[in-house]
Amino acid sequence: MNQSLPRWVDIGLIPLANVLLAFCAAGLIVLAIGADPFAAVKFMLAGALGNSEAIGYTLYYATNYIFTGLAVAVAFHAGLFNIGGEGQATLGGLGAGLAVLALDHTGSALVIVPTAILAAAIFGAAWAAIPAYLQAYRGSHIVITTIMFNFLASALMVYLMVNVLMAPGAVAPESRDFADTAALPLISDWLNALGFHVMESPLNLSLVFALVACALVWFLVWHTPWGYELRLMGFNATAALYAGANPRRIILLAMMLSGALAGFVGVNEILGVHHRLLLDFALGYGFGGIAVALMGRNHPVGIVFAGLLFGVLQQGGTELTFEMPQVTREMVVAIQGLVILFSGALALMSRPWFEWSYWFVGRKLAVRKAASA
Amino acid sequence: MKATARIVGTLVALAALTGASPRPVAPAYVYSMGGKFDRSFSQALYEGAEAFKRQTGIPYVDFEISNETQFEQVYRRFVSRGRDPIIGVGFSQTDAVKRIAKKFPNTRFTLIDGNIDLPNVMSVEFREEEGSFLVGVLAAMASKTGKIGFIGGMDIPLIRRFACGYAQGMKYADSKAVLIQNMAGTTPDAWTNPARGGEIAQQQFDRGVDVVYAAAGSTGSGALQAAADRGKLAIGVDSNQNYMHPGTMLTSMVKRVDLVGAKAAMDAKNGGWKPGHAVLGLKDGGVDWAYDQYNKALITPAMKAKVDQAKADIISGKLKVHDYQSDGRCGV
Amino acid sequence: MAAVASDPALELIGIEKSFGPVHANRDVTMAIPKGRIVGVIGENGAGKSTIMKIVYGLHRPDAGEIRVDGLVVTHESPRDAIANGIGMVHQHFMLVESFTVLENIILGAEQGALLKPSLVAARAELLRLAREYGLQVDPDARVGDLPVGDQQRVEILKALYRGARILILDEPTAVLTPQETDQLFRILGALKDKGATILLITHKLREVMAATDLVYVMRAGQVVAERATIATNREELAELMVGRKVRLKLDKAPAQPGAAVLYAEHVGLTGAGGVALLKDISLTLRAGEIVGVAGVSGNGQTELLEVLSGIRAPSSGNIAFGGASITAGHPVDAGKMRALGLSHVPEDRHRYAMCTAFNAAETSVLGRHRDAPFAASGVLDYPAMREHCAALMERYDVRPRRPEQRAVRFSGGNQQKLVIARETAVPPKVLLVGQPTRGVDIGAIEFIHRQLIALRDAGCAILVVSVELDEVMALSDRILVICAGRIVGEVPAAEADEKTLGLMMANIGQGDAA
Repeated sequence: MNQSLPRWVDIGLIPLANVLLAFCAAGLIVLAIGADPFAAVKFMLAGALGNSEAIGYTLYYATNYIFTGLAVAVAFHAGLFNIGGEGQATLGGLGAGLAVLALDHTGSALVIVPTAILAAAIFGAAWAAIPAYLQAYRGSHIVITTIMFNFLASALMVYLMVNVLMAPGAVAPESRDFADTAALPLISDWLNALGFHVMESPLNLSLVFALVACALVWFLVWHTPWGYELRLMGFNATAALYAGANPRRIILLAMMLSGALAGFVGVNEILGVHHRLLLDFALGYGFGGIAVALMGRNHPVGIVFAGLLFGVLQQGGTELTFEMPQVTREMVVAIQGLVILFSGALALMSRPWFEWSYWFVGRKLAVRKAASA
Repeated sequence: MKATARIVGTLVALAALTGASPRPVAPAYVYSMGGKFDRSFSQALYEGAEAFKRQTGIPYVDFEISNETQFEQVYRRFVSRGRDPIIGVGFSQTDAVKRIAKKFPNTRFTLIDGNIDLPNVMSVEFREEEGSFLVGVLAAMASKTGKIGFIGGMDIPLIRRFACGYAQGMKYADSKAVLIQNMAGTTPDAWTNPARGGEIAQQQFDRGVDVVYAAAGSTGSGALQAAADRGKLAIGVDSNQNYMHPGTMLTSMVKRVDLVGAKAAMDAKNGGWKPGHAVLGLKDGGVDWAYDQYNKALITPAMKAKVDQAKADIISGKLKVHDYQSDGRCGV
Repeated sequence: MAAVASDPALELIGIEKSFGPVHANRDVTMAIPKGRIVGVIGENGAGKSTIMKIVYGLHRPDAGEIRVDGLVVTHESPRDAIANGIGMVHQHFMLVESFTVLENIILGAEQGALLKPSLVAARAELLRLAREYGLQVDPDARVGDLPVGDQQRVEILKALYRGARILILDEPTAVLTPQETDQLFRILGALKDKGATILLITHKLREVMAATDLVYVMRAGQVVAERATIATNREELAELMVGRKVRLKLDKAPAQPGAAVLYAEHVGLTGAGGVALLKDISLTLRAGEIVGVAGVSGNGQTELLEVLSGIRAPSSGNIAFGGASITAGHPVDAGKMRALGLSHVPEDRHRYAMCTAFNAAETSVLGRHRDAPFAASGVLDYPAMREHCAALMERYDVRPRRPEQRAVRFSGGNQQKLVIARETAVPPKVLLVGQPTRGVDIGAIEFIHRQLIALRDAGCAILVVSVELDEVMALSDRILVICAGRIVGEVPAAEADEKTLGLMMANIGQGDAA
């Protein structure tokens, strides 16, 4: 049965119900280890949204998820499953870092920051372009190649960090610290300058940039002929051929755009937070992006909300392990997994109930209306 | 360095000393990515924390991160709860500790495996190359094939330091011996993947290796298991892992993270905590090779004599072990 | 209830079925007499499939009862229906191609855990059934190797083997040549003579008239008429189905062929694994002429349209159109062909001409989505699309007139009208049409046919590919017959008859050159 429901039920109520179901299931697990599930929820929510620092961390995590979620969504609209977000984010960070290392002696933030952002996009796009080329012209399955490129990216990064970019005399494989001019402004600094008192957090200008990226993706996918072909390609590749689109070019461009978006994780992490190149800053965001895109239904607005949810889960989860030592970090991963399971894989499970209730309520109202008339 | 007396004497001192403490001690421990049961240095820190608790009855709190950006958050949270001192292990915490320590000058931090120059930080490093040298001597002497193996986690400078010391010890004992080195991976998974460790060990055995030294966090336990399964010899790292497979565990290169971890809290309790930077080697008892009832049978008198000689010469300065990280070269 | 000659084998009384707000069956009452062939006809969405699925246990009715041989039954699943002697032959065969005939027949009806005894018993039973009903099939042939007509026989045998006395056939002739269709009806006749009851679900009036004894006509979920076949005719049935008068005969003036606009010369196409899909095809399309391509489904029609429209490059030969030349080395894309004046109504509109996520307005510019006014400044102009779509809907009577509705939610006929409207919005020089009326209601068929004739008269060169022989004969001025990827003959429409075309379609008397 595929009955149409009003949009607010479909994109508002059902996802909400799925998250609630997930929390109920997670609550049972918490109960099973002898902890109080209500306290756990309280700690999680307070830890993620309870004060300006918590909110800052939540939004900072969400920024990464929005970037990778958008990346997955753009590729998905073309029918491509990009699971190489991790590697593209790594390369994006490398690009941003190299640009800064090359330029930060010039001293002008107006030159350094845009160049670094551009470099992140180019590096991420280039890293995605290789699997895209292999898919478009050689038929190598993009799922396989992108996942392989994640490993290649981390191997490349380890090699470069240890052998080329490591600061002399350092213990850890990290580059020298960037000059202060290369840092993206912290949102807490801005707000404090404006007279709002907020606690410090790693949240930086990248969030604004992520929201701009959402708007751009929305425009590109739904309001340009290229986006039209992209969606056509994703839903019906033969119809794209029929319409005169060039599938190879679409694959290439979609993946490059996807890679560039994933690369912006590097901007948030390298330019926004760490201010030096290091290993493994993209850990988990590439894969998280898949769930975010699924949950956000590949639409920028949905992705913003799903990204926020993931930010809440990550930040709240950290706080939860903090407050309740019996809840281990593995348990938090399990809880996050349940949320993904219920809102991704089982997203349609609750739909029939809503369809039935909607139909039932509708009929009751109609009967009452008829009776009163 | 007068640390010898300090560290070795710690266990005795722990029970004896009860001085007036300037403020309440509430230690917090932050493990590295591998988690507190990595059978390696995080676990050693955990054992140190437990030892402190046993001795003093003072409870502690601890935290296992799930990604590295959490370090700063965790430190901040511990500070805001009035935790002092805060003790962490692993070089990847360096930056977080540096930042937080600057922001909160009244809290005391001890970082193991890092180097920070701040008035409220004690940072401790180990001469892993010295301990690795000794186990390299033992490996070369125990090997019948003349081929010994090394399994690292990720190819990072710290691990190269282990490998380089090990190689020097091997050459010291047997100039013709061959070393086969492999790294477990390029992502942090390399520290937590025992299956991968076992796989690499098997491959090395197939190439003629009969003694393997694993410096790869919990990935190493897979290599130790593989050695036990194939009847080859293995060398543990960080904690004393001899008990895991008696009969095939040649020895372990122990790094006394546990002592440092316990001592930091104890010093804070006794008012003896001081900032600074220490590098603990054989001389200070910071690193050593493990010799106990589990591996006694495997160590021949000749091996013991040779390794003791090397140890004495290193302590006396007669024998210099090259530190890879001093110039980024090994030279073996 | 009209009186029937014999006791009913199957009775449906007041069956109701809703899917959410969709009322698929309303108060459906039928009495199917024993030992007769009964036709159930209706347009797409009239509810005939739903009622048959209820009988076969695939759906459960909301209300009403089913009686078999006078006893009330409840069919929770097809297993119950089979136990009550009901068998169903689906439009898309439910056969395992890599199994033999015998294995397929016992599949799901094995006796015990071991296969061998079942196979021995089944072989004897199969031979008996084959003898009794004239259903000759080699029990050891691999099903995938059998022609479609034989596969259908396997399906019928499967039902009989399970003890079916009432046989439901869902659009059984859609995949058959005229000769195979005749054979099927002979088999059904033999089954009837032995006392079997047969329900024939179809939309082909000619077959209903030829094969049935009694007809139920359904419209909008209800039974609107019950007629003894002998007492009715095609015109009346068509009117009952559609609910208004329908002209079945197509009036058209003789063609006035003009200059040749598209040539194909020695076009060949080799598919994956080196299979020759098209062999040495040469044809010419002239302005003001409709060329029909007749053939059994799957003989290269799909590939012919793909190659001519520029979707797929040929492996050999060349196609010349409007100054462009398509050869193996120089393929031209579909967008270029469209720009040159070639429009294409594909035979599988869901595969090519539509997109499940697009609404009617978006669908109405597919292929022209980069042109003004829809993307004049590089930005999609949705109001312009809606306006364009509304105009097309008005001109082609697409219902409902809602450009915002998702294209797949329109009925088949309205989808097809939208696609034809789109492809002819800018008058094309050449129009390729595959299966112009597949899944289209009778009322819309008439409309579409008249539109195609009007286009021809306006000077468009049209190629019509259809597996409905009636349609090819009604529309075309010239008929090409395709078999196994090769054009096996050409007949002027005036001289064509079903028998000759049918023989050519099966390529009988020509030998297999391949």
